[in-house]
Order: sequence, then structure tokens, then C-alpha cells
Amino acid sequence: MNQKKSQSPIDRIWNLFASVTLAIILIAALAITSIVGTVIEQNAGYAKNIEVISRLLPDAIAPSAAPVVYRVLEAMGFMDMYHSWWFIALLAMFSLNLLVCSVDRLPRILKLVTDPMIPLKENVLRNLGVKRDLAVKARHEDVRDVVAATLKSAGFRPQVSKEEDGSVQIFGHKGAYSRLAVYVVHGSILLIFVGAIIGLIFGFKGGLNLPEGSSSDVVYQFGSGKEIPLGFSVKCEWYETQYYGSSFQPKLFRSQLVVLEDGQEVEGTRKWIRVNDPLVYKGVTFYQSSYGPVPNPTDGQFVFEVQYPGSGKEPATLWLRMNQPYRIPGTDIDATVLDFSPALTNDRATGKLITFDSSMLSPAARVRFTRDGQEVVRTGWIWERWPDETKANLPGGVSLIFKHYWGKQYTGLQVRKDPGVWLVYLGCTLMSLALFVAFFVSHRKIWIRVGPDRESVPLLLGATAHRNKHSFEKDVDRLVKQITSRFEGGA
Amino acid sequence: MASSDFFNISTFAYIMAMFAYLAYLAFRKNGVGYVATGITALGFVSQTIAIFVRWHESYLQWMRFSPESSLLLGISRSAPLRNLYESLVFFIWSMIIIYLVVEYVYKNRSLGAFVTPVAGLALAFIEMSGMSKDISPLVPALQSNWLIAHVLISFFGYGAFGVSFATANMHLIITTSDRKAPSHIFWALTFGFFLSALLAMAWKIGISPDMSNASVIWIVILAGLLLAGLALLFDEGLKKVLSYFSLSPDMLDDITYKSIAIGFPLLSLGIITGAIWADSAWGTYWSWDPKETWSLITWFVYALYLHSRFMRGWRGRKTAILSLIGFISVIFTYLGVNLLLSGLHSYGAG
Repeated sequence: MNQKKSQSPIDRIWNLFASVTLAIILIAALAITSIVGTVIEQNAGYAKNIEVISRLLPDAIAPSAAPVVYRVLEAMGFMDMYHSWWFIALLAMFSLNLLVCSVDRLPRILKLVTDPMIPLKENVLRNLGVKRDLAVKARHEDVRDVVAATLKSAGFRPQVSKEEDGSVQIFGHKGAYSRLAVYVVHGSILLIFVGAIIGLIFGFKGGLNLPEGSSSDVVYQFGSGKEIPLGFSVKCEWYETQYYGSSFQPKLFRSQLVVLEDGQEVEGTRKWIRVNDPLVYKGVTFYQSSYGPVPNPTDGQFVFEVQYPGSGKEPATLWLRMNQPYRIPGTDIDATVLDFSPALTNDRATGKLITFDSSMLSPAARVRFTRDGQEVVRTGWIWERWPDETKANLPGGVSLIFKHYWGKQYTGLQVRKDPGVWLVYLGCTLMSLALFVAFFVSHRKIWIRVGPDRESVPLLLGATAHRNKHSFEKDVDRLVKQITSRFEGGA
Repeated sequence: MASSDFFNISTFAYIMAMFAYLAYLAFRKNGVGYVATGITALGFVSQTIAIFVRWHESYLQWMRFSPESSLLLGISRSAPLRNLYESLVFFIWSMIIIYLVVEYVYKNRSLGAFVTPVAGLALAFIEMSGMSKDISPLVPALQSNWLIAHVLISFFGYGAFGVSFATANMHLIITTSDRKAPSHIFWALTFGFFLSALLAMAWKIGISPDMSNASVIWIVILAGLLLAGLALLFDEGLKKVLSYFSLSPDMLDDITYKSIAIGFPLLSLGIITGAIWADSAWGTYWSWDPKETWSLITWFVYALYLHSRFMRGWRGRKTAILSLIGFISVIFTYLGVNLLLSGLHSYGAG
């Protein structure tokens, strides 16, 4: 108590933040408040969370109590709690705690790591955590050399010290650095926080919906909707969803993007992006995030492939506009797109063709084929997802496959710039390595006193490990065996 | 044989192994012990084959839909770690392998009588619950090389924490004699709530998926209290059974710590790989979604365990209680978040 009174306020604050008690309180507080944030749906709005709260309350009081509970929780910041002032304050105190308690303990630990080892008195040696007492029949010098060599090959970097009674002490240590691993873990957490803060200050997170064929030099910040200039343009050339077989289970969402500077394509930036494989340009990353229909595309074009089976001719690509006849290359037939459906199917009940969804689940185009204004084959639908079954077979062995309604969809991009992310990754890497060192490497010290030459040479071994004592004892026994086995044969 | 035949063999083997381990505890004959380990190993091999057969089936499916894939890509995209069913199977598999390692290292078969029935019953539960076992192709978000690393690491971590849960609970049972001692009541409650939570989740997945979350919570509370009461009433019996196991409190404390020492770095790596994956898929490495947050809460609980042990010198009961809380948090991270809360992960889809 006396000691506490004499402390200056700065000392007192320092000691508070260096204490394990504060660390335990802060960790517990972070854990408990975080639980609330997973029950209340964050940023989900009034209706959603009234529902959540009502479900957790007994039915009788829910209608009247839920709004009250909501208001109380909202006032306390729980509706967006991970960004509330008090949660940020908890995180800040946690960081300060980590920093101060590490700095506070580091000098002592560094001393343990760097202090040179000294030979021990026999009574101290006999009181160490691990001790072995044995004797070998051999010459003192031979035993000494074998002990030193064994410790050396086990990585202990032995030193030798002569004692008065003709005995020598051989001692060494290894794994001293592992005492620092815990502080590297602490440091790596701080590094991750620093990286996150740099990302928040100097980076942005935004979104961008780009219809096929269009480009943009700005993105829109999440939350605020603020325009953020990119300094270059990004263009969407193509967007498509692929499905597994005939199901409606998506297999792939992908967009072909390209970066434009001053209206010119930048070489090497054309890329098909998909979920888990974004495009990165000048520190800005474009992620495939969503997609959707463009209601009335002004420049929509129907893409067809013309095949000439058996003729050896390469397939040709046709780009058609609605209601405009176009000559199919290699023939005297004109094709005209009359109608389009994003999701066309045969209704089982009526047998009629119907559009069953507004999204592009099964796009189809209705095409008329004419020669000199006369219909040559029946006007009909061609499905994008069923080329073999629905392609148009024209006279002369030519067939037409519907590939895509270009311009009808936009790709939803998530756009991110985060100059701090490499620090976060560095922190993660350091933490992983340091955790394994902290748990599985220990600072091991060993002293072996080789007695003077008599009938047999007595060996007194003492050793300590600051962690994993059991496995270290096994290692020590292995060392002892290595040493004694050298003499059994020759003695 | 189809993968389900091999799964059935392993279910049967794990349940038979439980009887063999109990017989070993009763008669203490080494021969019986070898038989118990042998049956467990047989079940494990069979389960491993089942997993690989399923892997091969989904590989063929993947290649049918994406014939342009390379062999390696096909193998990694068809790893059977995609839905609740496959993750539960893998969880059981990793629990058994961790147990076999512990048995080998500690030369002690006592835990086997605990672990094998959990594995056998969990496999049987999967069978009975009728949860979807379809081999469904991967949704785009899961098509990442991080999937395998993330899931493998996380589940080995969960398995290690599972071992620490079992040993911490046994520690509390054998070290408390006063029926009114807080730690005594605590282990009974944990035991009760843990069992009832598992049962309620099983009920919700298997029998009535439409049940509201409020009723799940009420069932957990009531059944938990009931089971805790039963555990308290029959604690003498439990203690007697455990006394056969020749387990010392120190050894249990040591295994609890060692399992956490393995689990904690793995949990950290699991969170990190998850963050990197989220970053490459959505451009945000941390979004405070319930799964992420609960994994962090679990991390905090085990960090508390480690700091109270190393910095405060806590041992025995106090740390045992922390490790029980930790595992409850693990179970909530794995199952509770998906079944009771919303999130980005796919495992809850069943």
C-alpha cells in the first residue's frame, strides 16, 4: 500500500495498463459485448430487429416491451455496435493494454534470453526441475569430450568450466528466443490493428454496377454513396452466369473487365473476374459481387454463332439488333430477332411457352429466317442454355446457336482500396509463426557436471525448460542414453 | 461398395468399440484393450475409405460439369467439406484421429470409452436425422483454394478443443466432492446444457426444421436443467465409473492444457485463413458477421484460459471451467451460429 501511495499518476496509469487483471477484464468485456452484436442483426433496421427482440421475449409482453428494448439498445449503440464509440474505446484500451504490458515485461524477458549461462553449485544443480545422477566407466577426458559433443549435436552450444576438485561442468541452452514469441503475438495483433486503421483512413470500400459495354471512372462508397474518383476507367465487356448442367444452381459468375486510361485499353488489364478471383489495378481491387438486369438496354445486341458442320468452315459470330434483318454469312438467308425472354419455359399445365422469371435463368430469342422476304424455316425460339436441342437448322446444312443477349445485364462490382492490408497479412503471418513457437518451443537449459577420474566417472545432470517439461524430460533421457551408449561397448 | 456402406461399417465399429473400451475398463485385460483399439482403428479406416469414395464421386461430378479442369483443380474443388453433413463427418473423423494419437502418446485407453460412443452416435444421428447427403456441386463463393485449408485447420482445432472439453469435465467431476460447491454445480450444468443443446440442435435439424428459435432455447434451458439435476443426483455413480479410469487430476489438467495448446494456434490459423478467403472473395477480411465474431469470442475465451494459467498461475478447477466455456463457444461457433443466427457460411443449409 505504501508503495502505491508514492506512485506518480503516470506510474499508476502505466501499472493499470500493464496489469493482467485489466487484460482479463477487457478480453471478457469484448467477448460478452460481441455476443450481443451477433444476436442483434447489425445495421438491419427497425423492423428486422423488433422481430428478433420479440422472438427472444415471452409472447405476452413482446408487443409492448420489444419497442422499448429496441430503443434502449439503440441508444446504447447496439444496432451498429462494432462501430460504436464504446466498442472502439474497448478496442483502443485493449491495444494500449497489449502494448504497455508487453513493453513492461520485455526488459525482464530480454534479460532471460540474453543473460549468459553460468556454472551452478552442486546443491543448486540438484534442485533443478530435471535431474539425473549416473556414472560411466571410462576416462574423464573421454567422458568430457563425449558430453560436449552430444550437447553440441543436440544444439545446446556447450560451454566448459573447470572446477577445483578436478571435475568440469559442461552447460548450454537452446530455444531462448521462444520466450519472446508471446510478445511477437502481441505485436502482431497491434500490427493488424494498425493495418486496419490505415485501411480505414487511406482506403475505401465501394460498389459499382456496370452494364455490359459501359465504363465508369468513379465508384460509390458504401454507406454514404459518395462518388470516389478512380483516376482511370473500368469497363465491363461481358457478364455471364453459368449453371450446373440443366439445374438453376449457379456454377460461375464472371465478368470480363478491362482498364482504360485516356480512353485507351491498358495492356494486360483485360481479365475475366469471378468470385475469389478479382482484378487488381493501381491498388484498387474489383471483386465480382452481384449482377442484375438492365431494364431497357439502349444498345442491346443478340449474339449468335453460325456453324457450318461438315464443311470444315470455322464458326462465325453474328451480332443482331432487335427487329433488324441481317444476312447470315455464307448463305442468302436473313435472320431477324423478333422477341426475347429472360427465362422461357414450356408450361406443363397448358403446354404454352411462358416467361417464368424476370432474371436471366433461361434466356431465349425468337428468330425469323427469310430469303427475299419469304420465310424459309419456321420462326421459332432458340435457347441459350439448350444449343443442341433448340438451334435453328437452316437449308445448306448451316445452323444457328443463340449465345448471349449482350447489354441486357450489369455486373455488380465491389471495389476496394486498402493500403493497410499488407500489414494485416504480415501481422497474420507473424502471429501464426509466433504462436507455434510460443507453444511448441521452449527455452531449455542443461548443465552436466563430469566428476574427476576415479574407478568410474560420476555424471550429475540438471536441466530446466520453461514450457513442456514432460517432453523435455524425454529429450534429456535420450541425451543420457546417447552418452552412456558410447561407453558401454568400450568399457 | 458405396460410401454409405463404409460409413455404416464405421458407425457400427465405433459403437462396438465403446463396448470393448468399457469391457477393458472393467476387466483391465490388455488383450481387451488391443481389441478396443483395433475396432476403433477399423472404424477409422472404413470412415477414411468412405470419405475418399465420396470424394471420388464428387470428383466425377465436378469433371462432368467442368471437363476443362485439371486433375488437381478437380480434386481440390470436390473435397468433401462442403455442407453440414460432410463437415460433421469430417469433425468425427478428426476427433477419432486425435483420440488415437492421444491414446498412443499417453498409453491410456480410458478416454476411448468417452470418444467412441460420441463418434458412433454422431454418425448414427446423421443417418437418422435425414439431413441432406446429396453431393451438391460447389457454389461460386466456395470455389477457392482456401476452402480445404480453412476447413481442415478449423476442424482439427475443434477436435483438439473437444478433447479438452472431455478432460476438463472429468477433472471437475473427480475433484469436487462437496455437492454444493460452485464448481460441482457448474460441471453438472455444463454437462446438462451441452447435452441438451446437442439434442435440441439434432431435433431442429432432423425432426422439425420449422421449430422457432425461441422454442429451441426453451428446450435447451429446461432439458439442460433436467439433465444437470440427473447428473447431480447420480454423481456418485459417475465418480465411481471415472475411478475405474485411473486418471489423476494432474494428468487431466495436463491433457486439457495440451489440447488447448494445439487447438489455439489452429483456431488462430482458422480465423486467419477465413479472413484471407473472405478478402479474396469479397474484398473485406473482417466484416463482424456472426460466424467471424463467434470465432473471435472463442479465441478470446481460450486467450483468457492461457493468460489466467500462465500469468496468474491458475490450475485445476478454475481453468477447467474456462475450458468448458471455451468449448461451448466452439459448438456455438460451429452449429449455433448457422442454426440460430444468420451468416455468410453455407454449413447451416443442411
